[in-house]
Amino acid sequence: MKRHLLESADLDRDDATLVLDTAAQIDQALAGREVKKLPTLRGRTVVNLFYEDSTRTRISFELAAKRLSADVINFSAKGSSVSKGESLKDTALTLEAMGSDAIVVRHGASGAPHRLAHWVRGSVVNAGDGTHEHPTQALLDAYTIRQRLGRLEGVRVAIVGDVLHSRVARSNVWLLNTLGAEVTMIAPPTLLPVGVGSWPVEVSYDLDSVLPKADVVMMLRVQAERMNASFFPSAREYSRRYGLDGRRMALLDDDAIVMHPGPMNRGMEIAAEVADSVRSTIVEQVGNGVSVRMAVLYLLLGGNEPA
Amino acid sequence: MPHARNPQDPPSEGPSGSKPVLSAADVARVVDRMAHQLIERAAASDPDSPDGGLSSLVLVGIPTRGAPLARRLAARIEAFSGTPVDVGTADITLYRDDLRLRGVRALEPTVLPDDGIDGRLVVLVDDVLFSGRSVRAALDALRDLGRPRSVQLAVLVDRGHRELPIRADFVGKNVPTSRTQQVKVRLAEVDGADEVLVTEAEK
Repeated sequence: MKRHLLESADLDRDDATLVLDTAAQIDQALAGREVKKLPTLRGRTVVNLFYEDSTRTRISFELAAKRLSADVINFSAKGSSVSKGESLKDTALTLEAMGSDAIVVRHGASGAPHRLAHWVRGSVVNAGDGTHEHPTQALLDAYTIRQRLGRLEGVRVAIVGDVLHSRVARSNVWLLNTLGAEVTMIAPPTLLPVGVGSWPVEVSYDLDSVLPKADVVMMLRVQAERMNASFFPSAREYSRRYGLDGRRMALLDDDAIVMHPGPMNRGMEIAAEVADSVRSTIVEQVGNGVSVRMAVLYLLLGGNEPA
Repeated sequence: MPHARNPQDPPSEGPSGSKPVLSAADVARVVDRMAHQLIERAAASDPDSPDGGLSSLVLVGIPTRGAPLARRLAARIEAFSGTPVDVGTADITLYRDDLRLRGVRALEPTVLPDDGIDGRLVVLVDDVLFSGRSVRAALDALRDLGRPRSVQLAVLVDRGHRELPIRADFVGKNVPTSRTQQVKVRLAEVDGADEVLVTEAEK
């Protein structure tokens, strides 16, 4: 493994498989235990540096670090010196001067974790940067697919919705490609990025024709907060053409699963009856996120000298 | 009862190369002997038990080679006593204190019997007892996995050079070594053949 996890491309097939296998062993070792804590990162400090709001990713990283006995500092831009104008670099150097071994960073600017990785000595983990990547989400998605379907090689994954703004989609495309899955993107033309032709994916504008052939349907959140223009005429029209409702779910193969990275817009990209169905892995994904992030922190930090 | 020695003085060795310590037949004989000792000790620890204390016995192997060793001991105990014995494995990687020195490594499975280890006689099983640090890590792991009535240690080879106050309750063979030598235990399940070798360090 490299020292940082900045994007899915940092992981070759062996590294990615090692993360998934490690997560599976951690899962198994902790299952049914009274004490869900391991001493592996005792004395290390992990900083969660969050410039954007987050529920599950921040809590998931916090829990993962705590279960490995690391000390965790949660930093959110609100209520810190960032509001006085302190830069990302100065903030990071301040945190490192206090002895952080790893920085888990979420930032609204694509590429912020890359810049950070040049400034600090410890490990940097990208927890979502702008519309670029969110590699641990892709890892936990791959883990969930493997857990449910038993394999990744040759699995047909349909990624549906707001690809343009989705760092989850980007990370998944690269990781799933590395692991041998076949990805199809389904989105309105206005919500596909310009360079999508160079991605290792198929592109379709017709959800109904893709669903019968898919093993996995990954619904993306419509990111209203990043939409500064009209990408589609109305929410109802989007929902009708690209939303996953009960009728569409019936088109799926019997073993196919439905995923969503959360947070969901119920009734928009995914109907409540789908989100709560047995095909849905949405809750499992959250649980798996902790194991996968434990694996990432262990593999990045376990062998390093403390800062 | 074999008592663990702590040979501080390495014996004079021949020219460098590998020296066989146990052959495949020796390994089988040693495992049989240890199985008999485990049966005796389990009975002594629980004299009122109708099955000689074997139902409360759990053999917990430390991966990699402790795991198949534990399974072999359990199979031999069953062959000699007619009573099946629970087996588990406990990966100790996440409990090691030398990850920073040696780097991270892939994890191996941790599997415990369905009845768990609470209140039972747990015998940790490993291939080589050296510094004692693996055993310390395994004891820490056990503490998180449950509360055994008692914990004992069985090793195929005790090579000395302890760095912690730990000794084995069951020893297959004491092998005096120097610190620079390596003890290689090969087991059919992992390496294709049974053998124990002492080799000079590769420099």
